[in-house]
Amino acid sequence: MSTREKTWWIIGGILILLYCLFPIAWIVSLSFKAPSDIANGSFLPTAATWQNYSDIFTGSASDLFLPALRNSFGICLIATFISCILAMFAAYAIARLDFPGKTLILSTALGVAIFPVISIVTPLFNLWRQIGLYDTWLGLIIPYLSLTLPISIWTMSAFFREIPWEMEQAAQVDGATTWQAFRKVIVPLAAPGVFTTAIIAFFIAWNDFVYGISLTSTDASRPVPAALGLFSGASQFEDPTTVTAAAAVIVTIPVVVLVLLFQRRIVAGLTNGAVKG
Amino acid sequence: MTQTTLPPQEKTQPVSAPRGTISDRSRAERRLGWLLAGPAFFVMLAVTAYPILQAVYDSLFSYRLTDPANREFIGLSNYGVILTDPLWWQALGVTVLITVITVAVELVLGFALALVMAKALSSIRPVVRAAILIPYAVITVVSALAWQFAFDINTGFVNSWFTWLPGVAADTDWFGNWGTSILIICLAEIWKTTPFISLLLLAGLAQVPEVLQEAAKVDGATWWQRMTKVTIPNMKAAIMVALLFRTLDAFRIFDSIFIMTAGANGTESVSFLAYRQTIARLEIGLGSAVSVLLFLAVVLIAFTFIKGFKVDLSQARGDR
Repeated sequence: MSTREKTWWIIGGILILLYCLFPIAWIVSLSFKAPSDIANGSFLPTAATWQNYSDIFTGSASDLFLPALRNSFGICLIATFISCILAMFAAYAIARLDFPGKTLILSTALGVAIFPVISIVTPLFNLWRQIGLYDTWLGLIIPYLSLTLPISIWTMSAFFREIPWEMEQAAQVDGATTWQAFRKVIVPLAAPGVFTTAIIAFFIAWNDFVYGISLTSTDASRPVPAALGLFSGASQFEDPTTVTAAAAVIVTIPVVVLVLLFQRRIVAGLTNGAVKG
Repeated sequence: MTQTTLPPQEKTQPVSAPRGTISDRSRAERRLGWLLAGPAFFVMLAVTAYPILQAVYDSLFSYRLTDPANREFIGLSNYGVILTDPLWWQALGVTVLITVITVAVELVLGFALALVMAKALSSIRPVVRAAILIPYAVITVVSALAWQFAFDINTGFVNSWFTWLPGVAADTDWFGNWGTSILIICLAEIWKTTPFISLLLLAGLAQVPEVLQEAAKVDGATWWQRMTKVTIPNMKAAIMVALLFRTLDAFRIFDSIFIMTAGANGTESVSFLAYRQTIARLEIGLGSAVSVLLFLAVVLIAFTFIKGFKVDLSQARGDR
């Protein structure tokens, strides 16, 4: 590759970096602005302040933000865990066993994945009110499964297909017991796929806004995205912009950390499940 | 039109017992298969099929949550009310417009990103890949807030940066009218979802056989010819799958509109209309009818893609 060509690819790479990071940089910058800086039209704050962060953790906005953060983590982790367990069994069956209905299960997963979320909300809203699940953790965990389970089944079956299952028999031939073969051979091979699936499922649950805003009403179960939506609406503070920005930065940190740590796996998981070579 | 694709390869069928006789072993395997996959299958049905059937049922009633005593069966009247209401057509129009704009731009932009990622030097590739995952992973609400605050007349920087552009002044109110509101909603959506489409396209690019590229190069094909005659025809399946997914995803747009305009100035989408009927106005009957119509629209789009464009979903399922 010539030097000139190299330069062009580097410029292309830098443009992509700018494209991806600019809006994030803006919200970070906004979160450090003092109230006097909000309307001056500049990108960077004239004097950075931690005030907005102390507001959401200890100050006026903490009542809204902290319970929401706790709810989001709890609900998303439980939903991810349940769907990964269910998907693990299903994906194992799809990858290893020969039974009619495989196609039916995978098509159903696809159908559920493209299902318009709001169509589930209307009936659930009514039903949850009648049976007392409205505004509870369980009332969100159940519909979250409709988001996390299809992608989990899908991604995990793609991963499980790649596993050289013959190695299990090979280990047994070499004298390992069934349990040893499973624990020492299959678990290490399957773990990365399960783990990657869990990350992707968690992203999707963490991103949910429709269920969060429709099926909750108090901080008993309201997740972070819904709380963020209400920050900008409610006028509990003088100008909620900078405080909202700080809260937005806080909820972005976990996903950015996951992305930076596991980028290669996440890309493999997203593309493996979707387009298969 | 000459396109260069490899001939379809013969698939080798797995060797199996002759049909008709189900051995005990395969019967046991079937039972185990459903035992393992059954729970996941059942849960998926329970969280989607049941609600949509309930919605179909509810949509046949005149039912307001604040007035449960007057719940009565009215047949398809709710659908009549909706389909004759300009509000529905407005919401459908906005949804279709946003879907078409965002998906078209994302496809082109996503393809460009995929090309850069495919060709980027190995030294910068991990950096680019990590960066591109960030918009994907950032929650939609945060992306919507970032774009909203950037263009906001009070808190934004866009007005002071771009005054040199015709039509932009210090007091341009981007969210004050329909056109600019839609524009910014589209920008936010495009920013957030292009990475996903570009990753799918990148995977598609990797499937284009290198031999064909080399052969075309030897035959003196220009870069553009190789792109249109070799690369794109060979990754058609990946492109169609990416398009199908993004179209259906864009069609249910809700978060960005809720955050940025809350449906003001005629920017309401179909999802938002359903939300407003159900949650804000507690009109369960009407809201259910909107939900059912949205569901039918999604089914129609999926059907059109799969039958009309012959999208091979076995590609998408990872099922060969």
